[in-house]
Amino acid sequence: MMMQEGFVTFQTLGNGYVSPIVFYLWLIPALPIIAAGVIALLKQPKRKTASALAIGSLVISLFLSLVAFIHVISEPIMRSATAIIHANATGVLRETVNFTWIQVGAANVDLGWVLDPLSAIMLVMVSFVGLLIFIYSIGYMKHDENFTRFFCFMSLFAGAMLGVVIANSLLLLFMCWELVGLTSYLLIGFWYQKPEAAAAAKKAFITTKIGDVLFLLGMVWLFSQTGTLLFYNHGAGSIEAGALAGLLAQPAVRLGGGLTAAGAIGLLIFAGAAGKSGQFPLHVWLPDAMEGPTPVSSLIHAATMVAAGVYLIARVYPLMAAGALAGGTTTALTVVTWVGAFTAVFAALIAVAQNDIKRILAYSTISQLGYMMAGLGMGGVAVGIFHLITHAFFKALLFLGAGSVIHGCHGEQDIRRMGGLKADMPLTFVTYAIGMLALCGFPLFFSGFWSKDGILEAASHWSVARTPFYMLVFGVLLTAFYMTRQVGYVFFGYWRGGKTAHESPAVMTLPMVILALFAMGLGAIGTPAWPWFRAFLENRAVVFNLHGFAEPGLPALMIASTIVVFLGLGLGWRLYCGQAPKPEEPDVLERAVPVPWGWLRDKLYVDELYGVTVIAFYKWWARVADWLDRRVWGGAVAAVAWVFGLWSRLNRFLDNNVVDGSFDKGCEELAAGGGLLSRAQNGRVQTYLRILALGVVVLVLMLIWSSRA
Amino acid sequence: MNWAFYLIAALTVAGGLAAVLLKNTVHCALALTVAFAGLALFFLQLDAQFAGFAQILVYIGAVAILIVFAILLTRGSETPKGSVFSRNWLAGLAIAAGVFAVLGWAVLHSASVLPHETAAPTVTVLQIGNALMGRYVLPLEIVALLLTAALIGAVIVALHEKEGSR
Amino acid sequence: MTPLTGYLIVAAMLFSIGLAGALTRRNAILVLIGIELMLNAANLNLIAFWRYGPHPEALTGMMFAIFSIAVAAAEAAVGLGLVIQIHRHAHTTDLDRMNRMKG
Repeated sequence: MMMQEGFVTFQTLGNGYVSPIVFYLWLIPALPIIAAGVIALLKQPKRKTASALAIGSLVISLFLSLVAFIHVISEPIMRSATAIIHANATGVLRETVNFTWIQVGAANVDLGWVLDPLSAIMLVMVSFVGLLIFIYSIGYMKHDENFTRFFCFMSLFAGAMLGVVIANSLLLLFMCWELVGLTSYLLIGFWYQKPEAAAAAKKAFITTKIGDVLFLLGMVWLFSQTGTLLFYNHGAGSIEAGALAGLLAQPAVRLGGGLTAAGAIGLLIFAGAAGKSGQFPLHVWLPDAMEGPTPVSSLIHAATMVAAGVYLIARVYPLMAAGALAGGTTTALTVVTWVGAFTAVFAALIAVAQNDIKRILAYSTISQLGYMMAGLGMGGVAVGIFHLITHAFFKALLFLGAGSVIHGCHGEQDIRRMGGLKADMPLTFVTYAIGMLALCGFPLFFSGFWSKDGILEAASHWSVARTPFYMLVFGVLLTAFYMTRQVGYVFFGYWRGGKTAHESPAVMTLPMVILALFAMGLGAIGTPAWPWFRAFLENRAVVFNLHGFAEPGLPALMIASTIVVFLGLGLGWRLYCGQAPKPEEPDVLERAVPVPWGWLRDKLYVDELYGVTVIAFYKWWARVADWLDRRVWGGAVAAVAWVFGLWSRLNRFLDNNVVDGSFDKGCEELAAGGGLLSRAQNGRVQTYLRILALGVVVLVLMLIWSSRA
Repeated sequence: MNWAFYLIAALTVAGGLAAVLLKNTVHCALALTVAFAGLALFFLQLDAQFAGFAQILVYIGAVAILIVFAILLTRGSETPKGSVFSRNWLAGLAIAAGVFAVLGWAVLHSASVLPHETAAPTVTVLQIGNALMGRYVLPLEIVALLLTAALIGAVIVALHEKEGSR
Repeated sequence: MTPLTGYLIVAAMLFSIGLAGALTRRNAILVLIGIELMLNAANLNLIAFWRYGPHPEALTGMMFAIFSIAVAAAEAAVGLGLVIQIHRHAHTTDLDRMNRMKG
């Protein structure tokens, strides 16, 4: 049932009750943004006020998110109590609040927010992880003089990210998306005096902008085809059944084999997601983004912002999956899968040969994002988003741990100059190990195992090809290997650095502990025995059922993935944790295969390729544009100016010579004439006499003639 | 038209020409005197005896002498070097020729309307005296005034200025 | 050709000669001489017309001529006095050189 109040429409429950939490859902992103605005007006030394505002606003947002979450969980319970069952095609309850923002002729541009299971779980995750990282930042940024600026930007980011999550309109999502990109730029370049940081911020912004241009194209196309940008508008939304049918009715786009209009729009939107989520080839900004402070890397470039791309694909999943034949898949989803799988392996390979503690984690993030995209492409929203949620927790934990290590090693970031920290920083070691095992997918007690296996299971059943499955398995091996290498360098062996390392304060370790608990426990909501997460997303009830394990092929898959994980862990252990690596010697593998190691260490030369092709092209184009501007447009302007100058000179010439000249000439002639005439007055009497006589003669003649006539 | 007329005419015209053409100014003045004399003879021939004698008395006796005096006072007695005619003498000659042409043509053309020969009048001095005192007394007085003014004026004009008033 | 015509022609000749002299001679005195000739020619005209015209007994012509003679004498006196004064100033009687009234 719909209710209209003024220009706002509410999609309500069957009994006409407008849930207040849905009505006030906009507060969740608004409060951190307002906090950011207030912090921006504060003077610099007011640290306590700034952090209190930021953390306080996020606490309230977390509270509201939990209220919304509980509201969504209790939906099936409430629904059964009403006589009227309000559901759309998929049986998921969505409550939306939409309003018209701009009216252009007959078309409306609407904005709005939506509360459904997907947005609810994302709200809780973003606000919770964000809150923990804010608390961590109080300790990490204590010695930085730009403390308040940091919290202002972080708060702005949190508000924008929450806005992305609840947006019901692709336009509103895009606006918050851009805001998220802006705050990412501001935070990567937080220490802007460092030229590397400023360059990294610029690179991030421009690279994601390339994706955003394509995203915008897709958005405009969608608007032109369906007339609305709202996702859900009780049947009239752009990704609801009616609009999708219209899009599918369009003739197939000539570009791709079997690509429908819906799929093409989906691919354009995927381009935007690929930029934000660091898929190949737009991944180049993520490793450089590690120039920012570690809390930034943790929150933005591990847990939330890079996940926004995955979330976007999950949001417009109906668009991408439209037109799929039974049991098959669409071209759009196939592309998403291949890109994701390739990115997963590509990034994992590069991560093996890196020596900066944060860069290893950055490439790991890129790889895991590839896993998420592949999971979305092959297994659907539940598979991909589950891995997103678990990854958010353990990757945030890993980054916070890395930050703790860096803090403890007095700013050192090269793993070859660390070592033996297991004894010096025990709490960090334990939490870091938990996160690392979760990332590798250590079986049963770590959430990463369940989420990654979900993806592998979907890959093994994929109808198009089996290659992504093998690629992803290889990626699991590599993940275990490089994480073990990293842990071996950092925590095992002996200390190779300068001053002795020290453990971090409680304000930093406490959030890490909390995250570690979640990294372990979250797996429980996604096991086949109790697939709560999938059911939650579909608003179904679910029971614990051990027979879920008895699906064909599932146990074999679980065992196979476990073997692969152990293989990777063992290999890494043997090479790096057995004998302590010496600082001055090159890496073990480097000694073995120096040339491929060199390629991997140099990031497979993607940046260099861009430098030679794209950047060189842009530089050339900029020179052409500059030449055009100076010579052609500037020349045109100069030509016009020259014409005007000519005209004015002509006018001056005319004025001086013709007008003045004629006047002067006239006067001169007059004077000359006068001079000429005055020559008749030569002062000689006889001349006068002659003229007199002549006059007399003339007179007489006249008289005679007149008398004769 | 008898031979006396032509003789006197020739004399007068020759004198006039000489007066205008000669180089030496004194010779010009003397030639002028001859012209005056010729004119006096014309007056006598025209039965205007008083006018003729008055001509001789005044013109030859006074004006010509005056002219000679003026010539001598202005160092005109030396024969001038260079031309005695002005630079554009041809223009003046042409104009004079034009005047003569007009006058001559007028005279010859109107010969038919000119009065004819009449009997010679007898004019006595008594008649002239009566006319002067009677009919022409006003012009007489005015001429007297004029002569006085001319006399005084000529004296003043030609007076040597005193040294101090320069 | 009647006698009158003859006299008139002679008078015209004398007049023209006098005019030519007044217009072409350099010396100022010779200009006065020319003027005297012109006046005399006019006198001859007057007398000729008196003799051959109607009513010669009215003496008009003769009187006119006599007055003309008187005035001519006065004018000659004044004119020559002027010439003498000019000669004192400019040390010349050359009319071509007297152009201080040049405009």
